[in-house]
Amino acid sequence: MSTPHDHLYLVVVGHVDHGKSTLIGRLLFDTNSVPDGKKERIEAACKAEGMDFEYAFLMDALLEEQAQNITMDTTRVPFRTPRRQFTIIDAPGHKEFLKNMITGAASADAAILMVDASEGLREQTRRHGYLLSLLGLKQVVVAVNKMDLIDYDEKIFARIRTELTEFLGKLNVQPAHFVPIAAKHGEGILRTSAHTLWHRGPALLEALEQFRATPPIEGAPLRLTVQDIYRFDARRIVAGLVEAGSVAVGDPIEFHPGGKRSRVKTIESWPASNFRGPIGAGLPVAITLEDELFVERGQIGAPPTAVPVEAREFTARVFWLHAEPLRVGDTLPLRLGTQQADARIVAVSRVLDAVTLDASLAPATEVKRHEVAELRLRVRRPIAFDAGGKIPSLGRFVLMRGRRIAGGGVIDSAVREDAGRDDTLPVTPASRTTLLGHRGAVIWLTGLSGAGKSTLSTALEQRLFRAGILPAIVDGDVLRAGLCKGLGFSDEDRKENIRRAAEAALLLADAGAVVITALISPFRADRQLVAELCGVRGVPFAEVFVNAPLAECERRDVKQLYARARAGQIPRFTGIDSPYEPPLAPALELRTDLEPVEQSLEKLFVLATSLAHETGTPFADSGADI
Amino acid sequence: MTHLDELESQSIYLLREAYHAFGKVGMLWSMGKDSNVLLWLAKKAFAGHIPFPVIHVDTTYEFPEMLEFRAWAKQHYGLELIVHVNEEARARGIGYETTDPVTVTHELKSVALQQVLGLHKFDALVTGIRRDEDSTRAKERYFSPRNAEFEWDYKDQPPEFWNHFTTEVGPGEHVRVQPLLDWTEIDIWRYCDQEKIPLPGMYFARNGRRFRSLGCMPITKDVPSTATTIDEIIEELKVTRTSERAGRAQDHHERNAMQKLRAKGFM
Repeated sequence: MSTPHDHLYLVVVGHVDHGKSTLIGRLLFDTNSVPDGKKERIEAACKAEGMDFEYAFLMDALLEEQAQNITMDTTRVPFRTPRRQFTIIDAPGHKEFLKNMITGAASADAAILMVDASEGLREQTRRHGYLLSLLGLKQVVVAVNKMDLIDYDEKIFARIRTELTEFLGKLNVQPAHFVPIAAKHGEGILRTSAHTLWHRGPALLEALEQFRATPPIEGAPLRLTVQDIYRFDARRIVAGLVEAGSVAVGDPIEFHPGGKRSRVKTIESWPASNFRGPIGAGLPVAITLEDELFVERGQIGAPPTAVPVEAREFTARVFWLHAEPLRVGDTLPLRLGTQQADARIVAVSRVLDAVTLDASLAPATEVKRHEVAELRLRVRRPIAFDAGGKIPSLGRFVLMRGRRIAGGGVIDSAVREDAGRDDTLPVTPASRTTLLGHRGAVIWLTGLSGAGKSTLSTALEQRLFRAGILPAIVDGDVLRAGLCKGLGFSDEDRKENIRRAAEAALLLADAGAVVITALISPFRADRQLVAELCGVRGVPFAEVFVNAPLAECERRDVKQLYARARAGQIPRFTGIDSPYEPPLAPALELRTDLEPVEQSLEKLFVLATSLAHETGTPFADSGADI
Repeated sequence: MTHLDELESQSIYLLREAYHAFGKVGMLWSMGKDSNVLLWLAKKAFAGHIPFPVIHVDTTYEFPEMLEFRAWAKQHYGLELIVHVNEEARARGIGYETTDPVTVTHELKSVALQQVLGLHKFDALVTGIRRDEDSTRAKERYFSPRNAEFEWDYKDQPPEFWNHFTTEVGPGEHVRVQPLLDWTEIDIWRYCDQEKIPLPGMYFARNGRRFRSLGCMPITKDVPSTATTIDEIIEELKVTRTSERAGRAQDHHERNAMQKLRAKGFM
């Protein structure tokens, strides 16, 4: 069907100042790829400005780059050896230019990872190694540069090789070769250096010549991404790209999302006509269909026997490039193939330190620039994709912030297929979850009057609402003025008050809300009852102890209740003449006298989102029958 | 799949993305070899129909043979052709006879382009620039935003990967769409050969000289050559070590002339 091309895109990555641009300049010079006079001209310019000539300048032709000694942006430079044609994509190592490195590396076939022999592994050595793995680059050669600075010491070289092999191994990247070089002096590039006769592998160029241009995916079913529908004349042309497989006249074809099916009637080509195919992977295509289907941009054409996944929610590994962090609850446009849909960040399962590969233990709420994280995302309408790397281009996406690409990700798997799509089915807790993107839950705040329950409940309500989670508050004072009017403060009445509060909270949670209750609820037994009720109804429940010492609450006394209680105007006031039984094992204890509100709020928010996205048996049926 | 197939496929993908993303697309056409490859690719991308106007910024210093080619190609391809001259600058007497080539290029090309953009409210301009032409072009993106002042912020370019591009612009801004960015001079020739793309005769040697790159008459030099076929041109390019635009005077008028021109909106 297609012969592998002999053109290799190469990316050079590694820590700043480990010699990437110098190596590129040297590769160009040593392969006679520099136009006549260019080296001499730059040498003259350097002399005029009192600088030493560097090979890096051959490529870094922009003046200001030479002034700052850093490469500005992705650059492509072709060079060739007798055996093969290369295009180098220069991927600068300066930290703030990571977006350029990704822009370059995402389209490369192979990578040279550079390490300074005198410095060893540094932050960006590891970070770039991680990104190579995330971007799916498998062909890697490690160039251990500046060997001259360590007297071509084999032991130091071996130490770097061991350390880097171990690090990359964890990322499932196996370098083809480690090559000792001194780029500045041209050692180890064309042929193995006389200083490193102990090196038994190939020289750098020989190692590069062994790499293959990324072959089209073999044996995969058709994936035709639809770019547009053209109606310039009577024809209704579906134009797109064959990402995988092949397409020919007469083939049955199904379009996802949606699943509408037809057959390929014609292949429209210019200047030739009447071409019947097959058209293989990597090629553009324009077809007409036998049926008048409503096909639109974003859909993926596939054989009916092997269609892509359709889902609204999935987990993914994401790298973030924007200065403004990616936060739980953010909604941003997601682009996958030619599909675009608004995606909400449902949860950040963990943020990974790309340098140490350590994962943060607690669920996080944001991903900062240059961090890598595992996320759960939910798109507003179903999208079609292929997860798990089978067809890489249909398993990865970008996220937009404003008009810019702000991050990229690779889908790991779809989360639970949508249960609510069939509109003949009754509304169930599961379909509510599908609609809202989260389940209902009860967060029960308990503590003395004045401890901060109402303040925290309204703050959490706002925070959840902003994060796209439906919140509701059940407040003790409000209940007592309405639903519980007439109840007093006897132990029995307190118990009934709590029972009604719990039932109200459960009604709201069944409807899908994350309910925050703010009641003193002083008795352990009563709170235990609430926990059990929630358990029976299958609603996630968490008891939160909003804790401030009595003296502090009395000092605050916002509503002047303590003063009145002390004066004997309010009988049986909790803390004064009625006991408060603190929780024995709360899900969270918030010392509002010791930490600022923002800190307590952040802890509450993490707890609330984890409850709202808790998996497992979603809602017992008994609850849904009410 | 050959390397030319790959390049063609990528260019077609970019053209279709541009046509979908932007409300008003225009394609620059200088009648040169790259421009003609661009036309050819557009015909292929849109099944034989070029769905946007083609713009020629006419400096009034065009070779007569190129103007003949323009008239022929308009007819042959069925182009919706916009020809624009910066009449205001010409009226002020701007020209190679009186002014330095960098200024003339700026006035008669960049300013003229700005005028035509304003006149027709294009939000995307398809250009035929290639990374290998000049080191400043090497840093371009496929979709490269320009602000309302036409400036290119090459220090902070948007990331671009996995076939996703900057496809939205603010008021007054536009995006340069550059489908030939990854092509080299030799790729262009090989593709012209493979597809039998009609080209102006000036690229081929007559009396021992030919034009390698075509621009304004007073500042474009032909080079010694015996190449009368594309095969011979390719053989010649394989051994030449002078740069393609060496015959274009405005690039070399002073140090960093190209960078200055480009930051001000030149292609």
